[in-house]
Amino acid sequence: MPHSAAVEVSAPQGAGTSGVDANGRIGSNPPWWLVVASVGAIALVSIPLVYLAVRGSGITGEALVGILSGPRVGPLALNTIGLGVAVTASSLFLGTVIAAVISRLRIGATRTWLLLSALPLAVPSYLASYGWLVLVPGLNGFLPSFILLTAVTMPFVILPVAAALRGTSADGEAVARTLGRGPVSAFWSVTWPQVRPAAIAGALLVFLYTLSDFGLVAMLRFQTLTWGIQQAYAASFDRSQAAVLALLLVVMALAVVGAERSARGQVRTSVATHLAVEPIRPVIRLLVVALIAAPIVIGVVVPLVGLGMRLLQAETLAALDVARLATATGNTIGVSLGAAVLALLLALPIAALAARYSSRWVGALESMGYLSNALPGIVVGLSLVFFSLQVLPGLYQTLVVLVFAYAVLFMPKALGTARSSIENVSPELVSVARTLGASPFQAWYRVTVPLALPGLGIGALLVAITTMKELPATLLLRPTGFDTLATELWSKTAAAEFGAAAPYAAVLVLVAAIPAMILSGVGSVAKEEL
Amino acid sequence: MPVVVRTLALAAVASLSLGLAACAPAAEPVAESEPQVADTTETAVELVADDYVILYSGREETLIQPLIDIFTEETGITVDIRYAGTSELAAQLLEEGDQSPAGVFLSQDAGALGALSDAGLFVSLPAEITDRVDANYSSTDSSWVGLSGRARVIVYDSETVDPEDLPQTVDDIVGPQWSGKVAIAPGNASFQSFVTAYRVLLGESAADQWVSGLVINDPQIYEKNSAILEAVNDGVLPLGLSNHYYWHRLAAERGVENMRAQLHFTTTGDPASIVNVTGAGVLVSQQGDADAFALVEFLVSDVAQQYFVDQTFEYPLVPGIDAPEGLPTLASLRVANLDLSDLRTLAETQSLLQKYGLIL
Repeated sequence: MPHSAAVEVSAPQGAGTSGVDANGRIGSNPPWWLVVASVGAIALVSIPLVYLAVRGSGITGEALVGILSGPRVGPLALNTIGLGVAVTASSLFLGTVIAAVISRLRIGATRTWLLLSALPLAVPSYLASYGWLVLVPGLNGFLPSFILLTAVTMPFVILPVAAALRGTSADGEAVARTLGRGPVSAFWSVTWPQVRPAAIAGALLVFLYTLSDFGLVAMLRFQTLTWGIQQAYAASFDRSQAAVLALLLVVMALAVVGAERSARGQVRTSVATHLAVEPIRPVIRLLVVALIAAPIVIGVVVPLVGLGMRLLQAETLAALDVARLATATGNTIGVSLGAAVLALLLALPIAALAARYSSRWVGALESMGYLSNALPGIVVGLSLVFFSLQVLPGLYQTLVVLVFAYAVLFMPKALGTARSSIENVSPELVSVARTLGASPFQAWYRVTVPLALPGLGIGALLVAITTMKELPATLLLRPTGFDTLATELWSKTAAAEFGAAAPYAAVLVLVAAIPAMILSGVGSVAKEEL
Repeated sequence: MPVVVRTLALAAVASLSLGLAACAPAAEPVAESEPQVADTTETAVELVADDYVILYSGREETLIQPLIDIFTEETGITVDIRYAGTSELAAQLLEEGDQSPAGVFLSQDAGALGALSDAGLFVSLPAEITDRVDANYSSTDSSWVGLSGRARVIVYDSETVDPEDLPQTVDDIVGPQWSGKVAIAPGNASFQSFVTAYRVLLGESAADQWVSGLVINDPQIYEKNSAILEAVNDGVLPLGLSNHYYWHRLAAERGVENMRAQLHFTTTGDPASIVNVTGAGVLVSQQGDADAFALVEFLVSDVAQQYFVDQTFEYPLVPGIDAPEGLPTLASLRVANLDLSDLRTLAETQSLLQKYGLIL
C-alpha cells in the first residue's frame, strides 16, 4: 500500500497551472477536450427533451391551460411528488444504514450481502407488484406502492454508499470513538460527510425512478403523472398532451436536481487506509441481517414466489423453450454490456468536469444530464423513433439505436457515482502527476480513472441491471424479432401466461447477479491496490 | 428474392383508387403522389410482391404467431412481426409516418385504428377484403377491416354475488348497493367506446348523469381489463366492467373449474354489452406492397376467422362462421341503430370522462 498514511488534503500551494482550491477543485479553466466531450454527451442525452419541445410546441396556450387545469392534474401531481419524496427519504435513510452496517459491522459474507442487495434492481416493477398481488390480492394505494418502490430502489443508494465507504478511512471514526462518541454519532459526524455526495446522488436516482415508473403504480392502482402520460398515448393518441405532462415531470426533476446540488455538499478527501470492522453481539447481528434482507425479500423473493405460485396453478403448462430462453438471455447480456459501456463513456467527461470545476455553467450542464431520467420509457423511446428517422433512418430499429437509447435513458445512473468517486480521488495525486510531467489528460487517465474505478463500476452496474429489465423503449426500438428477457416476460404476462413467465423472471434475476458479482470483485481489487 | 408483379394486383389497384376517392374527406392529405380520383388508375401505385412484409402486432405473440405461421406456409410470404402494446405501436406509427417499415398494423381496438386512419396513415382496402366482414363491425371508409369481436360484459364474483342481484342494465351499476364495489378501466379504449355507445343510445345528458353517478358511487379504477378480471377472480371486488374474452383466456391458464369470476351480459340493447372489434389496416408507407394486402386478406379468410373463434373465443366477423360455444350470438348482442361509425365521437366521450376526473 503505497499511500499508507492517511493524508488529509489541504490546499496545496503553487502547484502550477493545476492549483487546487479549498474544496479540492482544480483550477478554473477546464481543458477544452473535456468541455467538448461534456457538451457533446449532454446534447445526446437531451434528445428526449428536444423531442418534447417539438411535440409540445404545437400546442396553443389555451390548450396548454386546458391540459394543466384538468381536475385530475393537480391531484396526480401531488401523488407523484408525495410518492417521490416518501420513497426517496426512506430509500436514502435505510439504504445508507444498510450500506454502513454491511461495510462496518462484522456480519459475515459482506460481499454476498452486497451482491444480493443489488438484485431488487433487476426485478421489473410491474412484476414485483404482480408477485405481491398473487399473495395479497387487492393490495393497492399509496402505502404498498411506497414500500415496494422503496425496496426496489434502495440499491441506488446502497451500492454507491458502500463503494464510497470502501474508499474512505474509518480512522476518523475510530478517533471519534476514542473521544467518547457512540458508533452512530461517530458515523454521523465523521463518515457521513464523506459518503454524503454518493448517498444524495443515489437518492436523486431514486426520485427520478419513482417519477418515471409506470408498471408498479399501475398494478397497485396509485395514480401518478406517468399513469396520465400513458393514458394520453393509449386512449386519445394525443402526443401533445403527453408531451405537456412529461414536461411537467421534467420541471419536477429540475427542482429536485437543483436541491440535490445544494444538498450533496463537498467531500473532504482522504486516502483510505484500512477498514475497521466492528464485532457485534449475536442478537444485534440477527436484527442487522433482518434489516439487510428486508428489501431483498420484499423486492425479489416475494415477487418470484408469487410468480412461482402461478406456475404451479397453471393448468396447461407449455414446455419451456430452452433455446428461446437462451437467445433472450444472450441478447439481454449483450445489450446491457453495450449500454453500460456507452453510458459510462457519456457520463465520464460530465462527471470529471462536475467533480473538478465548479462554476454555474458546469452545474447547469450536469443538471441537464439528469432530466431525461425522469421521463417514462415510452417518451424516451418515441423521441428516439423521431430522432433516428430524422437523422439516421438507416439505423432505425437496429441494435445501434437500441443501445444508444439505453445509454440516453440510464447515463444519469452512472453520472452521480462517477462524479462522487472522481471527487474522492485526491487532487493532490493529480497535482503530483502533473508536476511529474503528465498532461492533464494523462493525469486524468492514469491517476483519476483507476482510483475512481470502484465508483465507475457501480455506475456501470446500475446501468447494466436497469437495462436488463427495460421494457417500453425496448419494445419501440428493438430490431423486429429481437427479444430480451424483459420483452419475453412482457409477452408472457400480456397473454396472462404468468406461469410461463416465471422462468424468465428467475433468469433475469440470475443474470443481474453476474455484473453484481463481477463488481464486488472489482471493488475489493481496487481496495487492495490502495 | 425475385420481384414478381402479381396479376391480382390490378384488381386491387382499381378498388384501391375507388376506395380512396370514397374516403377522401376522412383522411388528411398524405402524400403528393397519392392517387386522388378514380381515373388515376394508371398512375396509381403498382402492387409489387417480394414475399416479405413487416407486421406490427398489438396482439400478443402466443396468439398471433401460430396464425401467421399458417399464412407463411400457405403463401411463402415471410412475415417479420413486431410485438408491442396496441397504443404504443399506434404512437410509434404516428411518429414514423410515411417512413414506417410496417406493411400491416394489427390492432387490439378500433380506437387506435381510427386514430391512424384520421392521420391518413392507412390506404383503402379493396372490396374483396372489406366485403367479407359484417359492415357493422368494420370501418366505414375501407381504411381498415374488422377481424374479431369482443363483447363488453360484467364480470362478477360467483362466490359473493347472487346472479339474481346482478345489474340488468348499465344504470343499475350506479345504484347504492354497488357503491365502492365496481372495478372499471376508464383509460381503456373498450370502456370509452361503451360510454360513447351510452351517449349515442341514451343521449348526452343521460350519459353525463350516468358518469357523474358512477363517480359518486366510488368506482375502483384499474389500468386494464385483465387486471379487473383477476381482481374479481381473487375475490377483491364483486363486480367489474370488462371484455368477455379475458375470462376465457384466464380460464385456459387456470382451468375453467377454478374460475371464481363469471360473465354476465346485460339486457339486449344495453350499452354495457356492446361489441368492440380488433382490426387491421395496410400502411400508406408500404402501399405498393402486395404482400401486405395478401396478409390482411388472409386475416379475414375462413381459416383465420375460425382460428380466432377457437383460440381466443372471440366473435368472428365473417358471416357463416359460428360464435364460440356458450356465448350469446353476435346478432343477439347487436344493438339496433348502433354501428361502429357511431362510436367515432371518442373526443366527446373523453371530455366527459375528463370532466368527472376519470381520465386525465
